[in-house]
Amino acid sequence: MTVRLTKDLRSPATGEPSPATGKDAVPAQPTDAPATGAVPAASGEAGEVRGRAARGGDELVRVTDLTKLFPVRRGTLVRRSTGAVRAVDGVGFAIDRGTTLGLVGESGSGKSTTGRLISRLLEPTSGSVVFDGRDISHLSTRELRPMRRDIQMIFQDPYSSLNPRHTIGAIVAAPLRIQKQTPRGGIRARVRELLELVGLNPEHYNRYPNEFSGGQRQRIGIARALATRPKLIIADEPVSALDVSIRAQIINLLDGLRTEFGLTYLFIAHDLSMVRHISDRVAVMYLGQIIELADRTDLFSGALHPYTHALLSAVPIPDPTSHHRRERIRLRDEVPSPLNPPVACRFHPRCWKAQEICRTEAPPLRERAPGHQVACHFPEKRDVV
Amino acid sequence: MTAPPGEMMVESVTAPAVVPTEGRSLWRSGWIRLRRDKPAMISGTFLILLALIAIFAPVIVALLGHPPNEPHYDLLDPNTATPRGRFGGMSWHYLLGVEPVNGRDIFSRTVYGARVSLLVALLATATAVIIGTVLGMLAGYLGGLWDTIIARLMDLLLSVPSVLFAIAIVAVIPNKAFGLSGSSLRIGVLVFVIGIFAWPYIGRIVRGQVLSLREREFIEASRSLGAGTFTVMFRELLPNVAAPVLVYATLLIPTNILNEAALSYLGVGVRPPTASWGDSLAVASHGWYSIEPIFMLAPGLAIFATVLAFNLLGDGLRDAFDPRGGR
Ligand SMILES: Nc1ncnc2c1ncn2[C@@H]1O[C@H](COP(=O)(O)OP(=O)(O)OP(=O)(O)O)[C@@H](O)[C@H]1O
Ligand code: SF4
Ligand SMILES: [Mg+2]
Repeated sequence: MTVRLTKDLRSPATGEPSPATGKDAVPAQPTDAPATGAVPAASGEAGEVRGRAARGGDELVRVTDLTKLFPVRRGTLVRRSTGAVRAVDGVGFAIDRGTTLGLVGESGSGKSTTGRLISRLLEPTSGSVVFDGRDISHLSTRELRPMRRDIQMIFQDPYSSLNPRHTIGAIVAAPLRIQKQTPRGGIRARVRELLELVGLNPEHYNRYPNEFSGGQRQRIGIARALATRPKLIIADEPVSALDVSIRAQIINLLDGLRTEFGLTYLFIAHDLSMVRHISDRVAVMYLGQIIELADRTDLFSGALHPYTHALLSAVPIPDPTSHHRRERIRLRDEVPSPLNPPVACRFHPRCWKAQEICRTEAPPLRERAPGHQVACHFPEKRDVV
Repeated sequence: MTAPPGEMMVESVTAPAVVPTEGRSLWRSGWIRLRRDKPAMISGTFLILLALIAIFAPVIVALLGHPPNEPHYDLLDPNTATPRGRFGGMSWHYLLGVEPVNGRDIFSRTVYGARVSLLVALLATATAVIIGTVLGMLAGYLGGLWDTIIARLMDLLLSVPSVLFAIAIVAVIPNKAFGLSGSSLRIGVLVFVIGIFAWPYIGRIVRGQVLSLREREFIEASRSLGAGTFTVMFRELLPNVAAPVLVYATLLIPTNILNEAALSYLGVGVRPPTASWGDSLAVASHGWYSIEPIFMLAPGLAIFATVLAFNLLGDGLRDAFDPRGGR
């Protein structure tokens, strides 16, 4: 029944294929690279700069060595600090203007915390967030306020991200009101324009969120995020809570809006298939750290980290008639607790390739090919996709 | 307690055809439910009438009675000091008869008593609602030390014997204070004392609601837009706690009516000769009830009916606005 509601509405998505079956069939592996051969490390910093320059990028966000610890307190009367959750631990990446970085990882890997650090809902324990050339890591609430119109968020749960006591009009107008912006033509006209933009009926201005389906609510959240004409949108699992049939529509809507307004996205997901369609680059997180970061095609066709291989093996094959037969890699055990992560390589207790060095020495995130960084002692391509 | 009632209605949205053209707010759908609740509607009507009686007491008494403090010794039997005639001296001129000893018009005193009872109970409830809502939101939203202090304070206030405290406070208040004197000072003190011991009931409910609300993403959305603590509390949280606050405020009014009556009964309420239900009850209970039952029944029934009506209305509001029962 949710489908019926959404289908009638104008949607930039209508008719487009779903991201999982769509246009980006994975290209064949380059012939000059042996399918399972180890890749030599490119020369660190220089390689990184060259890689970026080659893509002609212009950075909007740069995150360096970002760390967030959540102290764990015990005791009711006397509260003592008994340790810390290393939710985000030394994360670094950059997002170029007009591009999308997909951030993928299992539950608890620190994706949302990374997003909240960049939007400065949280203050980093250490490290820095540079947005549009300005270090915003430790700005005060007051200093942050004007900057907030440039960074907006889209949330995971369309049922909890809209205040049930506010009308749609009030929700979409909230950013303008809080930021004290009065668009030409007035707030009301702007809200109607925004509702139309995301494929909703502007006449629904006075309705309450409980009258809308999950997909429509997510469109309302998107309209709210667009209200102040932001530069960066952090979308934290924007389609995970939605019906599978609606996910593609929302992803396509976001993709269309990015082109239309030159937006930059940090697109968080727990599953590679969801970022495949929309991302230019993809970062894979594991227990608070980035373990692989590459251009989308490089990652999907030439992933180097065993954990990425495991995630990729869970992605549905785009072309079911293909002769590629893929084994699903099933990881043993659960994700260890970020309260007490494994030493050295955090993936080693679950890694089938782990050697002695993996238990004693942490693999640094190194550039192994232009623009392709991996944190693994034994990076190699694998013939899985 | 994890989600406000709005969530429950999501599933009922099936197709565009059944979606009403105008947005249905919580208040509108609550009102529609309340209207079907007969006891609540009858109680509400009674309370509106009672409020009108209290407001227009001078007019009503001028038409149907005598000034409330006017003695009528001629209507009393000089030997027993009890009213002459049957049923405590009831007649067309004295609808509920007269008091023993000084012959004051019981009807007039009951009508005027409604003023004091309702005024004190409503003002004390308003005080409790304001303090309870603000401190409850602060405790729930800010957490940490704020929460610890406010939560402990609420526990403390709910555990002390409030009537004993009230007697002590009233005893030390002089005849003139805070620019007030006489019965307006007494009313102010009563409101303060009752309100101070009543706000934790509201505070606890608000705190509990806010604790579950603050985890919801719309709070984070508002903060990510640059909203400060004040904006989040009053724009995002308040509309979500308004309905439960209304319900529990309605249920708090009868408690406060009884508190006022109890304090007046104990002699620390409004001062005689100002008419109040609790004071009338106190005087009547000093041995007169067996001889002159109407002297006691009039204020007693007034308190009973008012308390019952507020409780029925409050229950109706709770069912209408919080269908899962907030207790
Ligand atoms: N406010 C907090 N206080 C304490 N610990 C926290 C807090 N927020 C997050 N954490 C912990 O930090 C770790 C990372 O959480 P985060 O929400 O960033 O993960 P995630 O990758 O977004 O996971 P999910 O897919 O479940 O959303 C988790 O172990 C979580 O329990
Ligand atoms: S460093 Fe070792 S344990 Fe870690 S992912 Fe690479 S091979 Fe596996
Ligand atoms: Mg998350």
